Amino acid sequence: MRVLLIDDEEELVSTLAERLCIRGFQAEWVTDCRAALALADEIEFDIAVIDVKMPGASGFEIKKQLQNKFNKMKYIFLTGHGSEDDYETGLTEAGEKYYLIKPININELVKILQELYNE
Amino acid sequence: MSFVHKFKILFSKNFDEIAYSSKHLFNFKKLWIVIFLLSSFVAIVPLLFFALIDYKVTQKALESEVVMKTSHLTSNTSRFVSFFLDERRLALEFIIANNSYEELKDRNNLNLLLENLKSTYGGFTDLGLIDSGGIQINYSGPYNLEGKDYSEQLWFKKVCEENKFITDVFLGYRNVPHLSIAIKHERNDGSFFLLRATIEERFINLLSQIEISEKGDAFIINDWGILQTSSKYFGKIFNRVSFDVPERSEETKVIKFQDSDKKDLVMGYIYLKDTPFILMIVKDSKEFSLPWKQSSVNLVEYLIISIIVIILWIVGITSFFVRRLKATDIRRIKNMQIAEHANKMASIGRLAANIAHEINNPLAIINEKAGLIEDKFKIQEIYKHDEKLLKNIETILASVERCGKITKRLLRFAKHKEVTVSNVDINEIINDVLGFLEKEAQHREIKINLDVEENLPNILSDKGKLQQILLNLINNAFAAMPEKGILNTSIYYNEDEKEVVIIIADNGCGIPPENLKKIFEPFFTTKNELGGSGLGLSITYTLLQKLGGSISVESEVNMGTKFKIKLPIKFEKNHFGEQDL
Repeated sequence: MRVLLIDDEEELVSTLAERLCIRGFQAEWVTDCRAALALADEIEFDIAVIDVKMPGASGFEIKKQLQNKFNKMKYIFLTGHGSEDDYETGLTEAGEKYYLIKPININELVKILQELYNE
Repeated sequence: MSFVHKFKILFSKNFDEIAYSSKHLFNFKKLWIVIFLLSSFVAIVPLLFFALIDYKVTQKALESEVVMKTSHLTSNTSRFVSFFLDERRLALEFIIANNSYEELKDRNNLNLLLENLKSTYGGFTDLGLIDSGGIQINYSGPYNLEGKDYSEQLWFKKVCEENKFITDVFLGYRNVPHLSIAIKHERNDGSFFLLRATIEERFINLLSQIEISEKGDAFIINDWGILQTSSKYFGKIFNRVSFDVPERSEETKVIKFQDSDKKDLVMGYIYLKDTPFILMIVKDSKEFSLPWKQSSVNLVEYLIISIIVIILWIVGITSFFVRRLKATDIRRIKNMQIAEHANKMASIGRLAANIAHEINNPLAIINEKAGLIEDKFKIQEIYKHDEKLLKNIETILASVERCGKITKRLLRFAKHKEVTVSNVDINEIINDVLGFLEKEAQHREIKINLDVEENLPNILSDKGKLQQILLNLINNAFAAMPEKGILNTSIYYNEDEKEVVIIIADNGCGIPPENLKKIFEPFFTTKNELGGSGLGLSITYTLLQKLGGSISVESEVNMGTKFKIKLPIKFEKNHFGEQDL
């Protein structure tokens, strides 16, 4: 399973990617929207895990741009939970199941990735 | 509540007063006093003003009435006295015109004339004929006055000049008070004679016939202030009066003055025409001041009663309105406090969200880094022999998880999720919640009593939030109770308030009074060592406000705690709690 991790916190996203790799995923990471689009052009990802709150384009905007180009890609959102609006939008965009609040449990993430992949 | 009690409450420093005194818009004591004084001033000043006017007008009216009465009496009496004297003077003129000098010189004839005068007019004492030399040549009367010489007497000189003259009262040869009326008659040969008559007690007692009040006095003086008749106030005949003779007036005049005893008197007087007499009618001013005083007493009584009634009314009405104002102000302050509290909760909610967000990111990094190290131990088995290090990593991850739980609860607290209203069976919800805790209750041998009123109506509310509220409260009750504790839960419907009441009572450790006020504040906890976040009851409070309900608590240390929840039977979206949070 190919997973694209997008988060402006490089320390977080790189470590998370490494941990997923250890668990047998093909996990790549980027820290902004442009890099995400560029990498997605190269590799066909199954699932993108996107942080909602990022400088510049928000997680939801990145999702829209990815969705336009890669219609098969599925999405999971991460949030440190900022505003009320983010929470509401997150629930609408992803559904409660695929909207995770940091810090996340790696096993829970793995489980959700597998469920989403198998849908 | 009695009026006095209500009045006392107005100024008492009760709990509310102390709690709100600094927040009141008004100083009610001062307000009461200002309103009272202003109202009293506005009501009583005109009353006093009109009372004063009435007092003065009554005084004037009574005075002028007395003046008028005195004036009338004086005029009438003067006519009476003048008539008395004129009648007798005219009688003498008639005699002198109809009797010759010779006839008058005849003693018998003079006796007859005197008898006729006495029987017709009365009052005459004697009658005498005086020649031009002043010698009384004929005399009829009780004294022996024939041959007396009057040529040097003033009255003789006067009558010679004026043809007729009435003397003032004097003693004369007879040494008895009397007055004389003398008429001069000129004979054809150029000589003249006088006919003189005297009047004694009839004139002196004349005024005793005048009906005058008990304190009134009628008397006659002459130009020199010598009494011509006796006076009640100024003494006997021939005494000099103690006041100055008033200025000449042939019209009736009324003056006020004080006698030598400082007694206030009202006096009417008139100079009687063609006589030396001044008629005087004197009245004690007490005569008019008495009814006036009575009227003043009535006025003062009326005034005092009116003022008392006005003051009582003003006290009542002022107290009523100030009390209403105070009650309104207290309500305002309470609402302000509720709003302030709600606002505080909302602010803390937003703050909680921001803090959670800020903490969650570094927590996530720690989590992933520690997780990666753990992965290297467990999955890649690179460092699997260092058990001590592995233990440390597990501790770090457990701590992160614990922090994560706290921040997630904080976030739940900050969530402003719309209320989803549905038809809710509270009995079902409470059974669900108790079901969650069944295992723990069995384990700790906690007895749960559930008393639900029959035919409890369903309510329109949010099921999920109610579950959360009840779970929070029952969880707290479990935490407070020792083993074999008892949890009493009852639910009933209050028809008057249209609300469902849920009571959750435990027999646990209780809450000390000093903590009781703070338990609904966020982050207040006594369970730090047990990992309590201090948000449970705060969330419960906020949720209940959203549902338009309320929560109250009673507790006693070592006896237990009782939470009482009130939920409206119909949730209204625009409820205060929903709007302001």
